[in-house]
Amino acid sequence: MFNIIYILWLRQIKRYWRSKSRIIGSLGQPVLFLVALGFGFAPMYEASGQGNFIQFLAPGIIAMSIIFTAMFSGMEVLWDKQFGFLKETLVAPVSRFNIMLGRTLGGASVAIFQGLLVLFISSFFGFSLPSLGGFFLALVFMFLIALFFTALGTAIASMLEDMQGFQLIMSFLVMPIFFLSGSLFPLEGINQVLYSVIRMNPLTYGVDGLRFGLTAQGSFSVGLDLIVLLVLTIVSLIIGAKLFSRIQT
Amino acid sequence: MKEKEKNNTSQYILEVSNLSKSFKKFKAVDNISFKIKAGEVFAFLGPNGAGKSTTIKMLTTLLQPDEGEIFLNGFSVLKNKAEVRKSFGIVFQDPSLDSELSAYENMYFHAVLYKIPKKERQLKIKNLLEMVDLWEKRKQVVKKFSGGMKRRLEIARGLLHHPKVLFLDEPTLGLDPQTRQHIWQYIMNLNKSEGLTIFFSTHYLDEVEKIANKVAIIDKGRIIERGSVEEIKNRQNSKSLEDAFIKLTGNNLRNDEKAETFSRFRQTIRKS
Repeated sequence: MFNIIYILWLRQIKRYWRSKSRIIGSLGQPVLFLVALGFGFAPMYEASGQGNFIQFLAPGIIAMSIIFTAMFSGMEVLWDKQFGFLKETLVAPVSRFNIMLGRTLGGASVAIFQGLLVLFISSFFGFSLPSLGGFFLALVFMFLIALFFTALGTAIASMLEDMQGFQLIMSFLVMPIFFLSGSLFPLEGINQVLYSVIRMNPLTYGVDGLRFGLTAQGSFSVGLDLIVLLVLTIVSLIIGAKLFSRIQT
Repeated sequence: MKEKEKNNTSQYILEVSNLSKSFKKFKAVDNISFKIKAGEVFAFLGPNGAGKSTTIKMLTTLLQPDEGEIFLNGFSVLKNKAEVRKSFGIVFQDPSLDSELSAYENMYFHAVLYKIPKKERQLKIKNLLEMVDLWEKRKQVVKKFSGGMKRRLEIARGLLHHPKVLFLDEPTLGLDPQTRQHIWQYIMNLNKSEGLTIFFSTHYLDEVEKIANKVAIIDKGRIIERGSVEEIKNRQNSKSLEDAFIKLTGNNLRNDEKAETFSRFRQTIRKS
């Protein structure tokens, strides 16, 4: 079982590592957000007495990088469906749950690596790196965010037939999830309706936990962030595995 | 290994009975039955959209039949998928390699999926890659391979776990005559030396005349003719299998074919 999960994990890593353009390309958007928002809003944010804006913004941008990479990794199922490789794994004498788990862990690892790259880049924009304990707590949240969104991507891709639906998902699901998660603005004092929507967003808890790990500041308790994200990750893995096991090509 | 559901004292490696599959109102496969003996080279022919690929998908556990039963190597395809999957190898109609991995990595990936012991993996991969003349190219990523090289690699991969039956869905489609000849040579050597059962579909009927022991022709989801090439030619009073095929299935271009051609065109556009 572990061999199967390992080889599927390794495949995802190799594919990512060999695609240098993907690594560099996916850093473009986070860097743009750090530059444009970081430098653009910093004076206003700091003038209102809320502290260093880069310290607030960087965890949100790291989360953004993770969810985009994770969703893309999950949706690679579609790619494999279209280019035939999925059939090779589906006719193998192994459980589909193991296939899904291996792929998801591979996708999540890639997303975490991408998040760590953005964390490193953030330090050049003035972000103070956290203590070792904070870093490990942040790593736990990075892992949960990555796992949740890779499983979600896999679940969605299992239902779709071709790549045309992918852009739709990115526009109508991933972007709203990111913007309505407290990644870019503090939750204190915002409109009540918006606040309620944000509280229903899984990423909100991921960003909050990540921010707590990296900067020791957060809107909710770390325990709540951890429990909500953990439960949702397990649910998305179960749903993802169920939908993946039903794929017929 | 699990106990076989079917006491396979008979010589049949594949038994299909009353198999049907519909997609909404369209009946793709309509109550077909056939048996294949171990070691046979069985050609499954039909016009585009006749139900060949749907049948192969059901035989190889990729698609759930609506009705009917399939036994492969004595195991029920419906009830014991894992044992069935160990018993066959497959070369799909469209490439199914990971183009970002090397030839060796694609083989290694397959070896792990099929639980080939670690000690044996390297030697088996080497032997098979040498058989299809790709050992020297083992480190090259597959996206740099030609169509023929990809096909050879897929055949080697399909044989890695020593299957009892090898399914080949149009394995020589789009290849030059030299590559086609080489591919059939590898396969027929294995059929003779190891008694490997071959189940293949193709539109190159000259290939069928040369290598198949048994033939079944499917059209509109039903098997309309079966037997050896000679038997079919005699019954249809035809000089060649192609003539017999045309007599049986007609001259008209099928709507399904048009749809399939359009769908393939769309896929090609998307891929490019």
